[in-house]
Amino acid sequence: MTANPNTNGYLVGSNLERVLHAGHFAVTGELGPPQSADREVIGKKAAQLRGYCDAVNITDNQTAIVRMSSIGAGTLVVQEGLEPVIQMTCRDRNRLAIQSDLLGAYALGMRNLLCLSGDHQTFGNHPTSKNVFDIDSIQQIQMVADMRDECIFQCGDKMKGPEPRFFVGAASAPFADPLDFRPYRLAKKVKAGADFIQSQLIYDIEAFKVFMEKVRKLGTHEETYFLAGVGPLKSPGMARYMKNNVPGILIPDELITRMTEAGAPWAGKSKDELTKEDKKARSAAWKETGIQICIELIQQLQEIEGVAGVHIMAIEWEAAVKPIVEGAGLYPRPVVPEPTPEPA
Amino acid sequence: MIVAEQKSLDEIKSLIGSANKVLVVGCGTCVTVCFAGGSREAAIMSSSLRMSSKLDGVPRNVSDVTVQRQCEWEYLDTISKQVEEADIVLSLGCGIGVQAIAEHFPNTWVVPGLNTTFMGLPLEQGVWAERCAACGDCILGLTGGICPIARCSKSLLNGPCGGSEDGHCEIDPEIPCAWQLIYDRLSSMDKLDVLMELQAPKNWQTSRDGGPRKIIREDLRLVGEEE
Amino acid sequence: MVDTDSYQIVAYCCEHCAYGAADLAGGLRLQYPPEVKIVLIPCTGKIDTLMVLHAFEAGIDGVMVAGCLPGDCHYLEGNENANRRIERIKNLLEQIGLEPERVNMYNLSSAMAGEFTVIVEETTNKIISIGKNPLLEERLR
Repeated sequence: MTANPNTNGYLVGSNLERVLHAGHFAVTGELGPPQSADREVIGKKAAQLRGYCDAVNITDNQTAIVRMSSIGAGTLVVQEGLEPVIQMTCRDRNRLAIQSDLLGAYALGMRNLLCLSGDHQTFGNHPTSKNVFDIDSIQQIQMVADMRDECIFQCGDKMKGPEPRFFVGAASAPFADPLDFRPYRLAKKVKAGADFIQSQLIYDIEAFKVFMEKVRKLGTHEETYFLAGVGPLKSPGMARYMKNNVPGILIPDELITRMTEAGAPWAGKSKDELTKEDKKARSAAWKETGIQICIELIQQLQEIEGVAGVHIMAIEWEAAVKPIVEGAGLYPRPVVPEPTPEPA
Repeated sequence: MIVAEQKSLDEIKSLIGSANKVLVVGCGTCVTVCFAGGSREAAIMSSSLRMSSKLDGVPRNVSDVTVQRQCEWEYLDTISKQVEEADIVLSLGCGIGVQAIAEHFPNTWVVPGLNTTFMGLPLEQGVWAERCAACGDCILGLTGGICPIARCSKSLLNGPCGGSEDGHCEIDPEIPCAWQLIYDRLSSMDKLDVLMELQAPKNWQTSRDGGPRKIIREDLRLVGEEE
Repeated sequence: MVDTDSYQIVAYCCEHCAYGAADLAGGLRLQYPPEVKIVLIPCTGKIDTLMVLHAFEAGIDGVMVAGCLPGDCHYLEGNENANRRIERIKNLLEQIGLEPERVNMYNLSSAMAGEFTVIVEETTNKIISIGKNPLLEERLR
């Protein structure tokens, strides 16, 4: 890691980096761009997140469904006064496209980047498309770090002009298989140059503690900022679905029971007996419990050594971020002043 | 070996169109052992075509012949008379066989009867799986003899991704996660340290991305045959 | 009235079971439809696609394959392998444009002479209800 002389000891000087560097428990959120060219959606979602997150991830054709581009939406987010973390998958772009897009993204004011391999296109709405996977996420991390620190392109050519300086992030799936290798794969990402990590959703704190213990043993937590992924459950059905169908997500039965119990007042009624109002009230009760669970998880995560913050994934439920951040005692968000350039 | 699958009879008939004299050409090599285009499949294809065409009210004159290897000129020479007499050739060879026929018989219209699917091996009778992507720069020495280019859905060189669960790939429970296989093998041989190396971006120039490939071995060339 | 005389059905019978049952039926003077021509095979595992296709191409109206009871194959699993192959043949016939029901597989033992005649009758009625092999019709025309 080479600090830029213009960023006063920071790698990049983004808000996210400054908050983490100052030792604050960071909060990042997520903003899913629309499946259309509607800029209003970005404005609305940004308004719900503004002030509650240090930076917001802008997903990149998440679950392989075509959406407004991460950089395009990120530009709107910058205009909205929020700091984006642009996500960049290796699925849709080769090394030329990734590098050129990042030059553009930096010029447009983006400072944080999350490097991902990307969901396979078979999951999305263009399953017949050809994927790229020219490089993988770890190679992407290295490439972007080299662009920043060595001012070179992946081919080795020196950049002619200012280099794009990104605070480089990577994903971690602590509970995906092979389980024993996960702390090492995380270490590989950090070795490649990941400045921060955002993990898959964590619901099983005990299992996560075991993972973090291994991470600490490798010393990885001291070389990167680990942001644990959290997300509010919407219903017991969603919890069961994620537990059974999404790789690498562990949800203790106890949490599913709590979600089910939240809907207990309506449990006696059959599907036909439930009125619209009933369903609304039940959904509200579930959501309230989901938010409460999320708050408790954040509080428990704060106690774990090596966890530098949380990444709140409230997918298509951006309104949940405010009560979660407030409930966890993480509001207001710290303001760490931008570095002033050293006098020449 | 090259593994292929037959196209549907409907598709084959539409490829043949109105041609009357059809020569089905089987191949005695890869597609014979994967039961897609050997002499038996060629005979079944020609019988099926004769019956089906008759039922459609447009009987065709269909015959079949199988050569040892469709992808070598000398074997194709043995059927040149039959090929010349046919209106159309339905090749049950792999994509290479079809092209060899087209290249060797410039005046013959040839259509494919197979979809060439992958390079792989039979796991058991009737079950084949992909093993090699012919990337032109073999990395099997780094991965314990299991190819992530051909067998990881994302061709990751620094896998596994977060979609590995219970040993299978997230895109299909029938697909084993190549990186789980690599991990298990290296682990059982006490070579996990290999996985800690960061693998640099691959040079895809040796693969199809560098354009169509060709190998020239001067030591093997015959003076009289040089292009 | 359907002219049943001209129907031709081939019954491929395994020598370890169905062929014995047919023989026994004959010995017992049990009657079964004359449309069925019995062909002795060593095991239904011997059934191959081309053999059946050639029968249809030659104008046969239906094919019956009779092998041993499940678990009783003399060669352990020939009858079960045959079953899978029959499914494949049915699929091919459908693609060709012939009714897949023209091919049927049965399982029985060499002692089941009565059942054999029932099966033969059933097959014959089935094929007659489907009609003659149109490939032959055309040839006759």
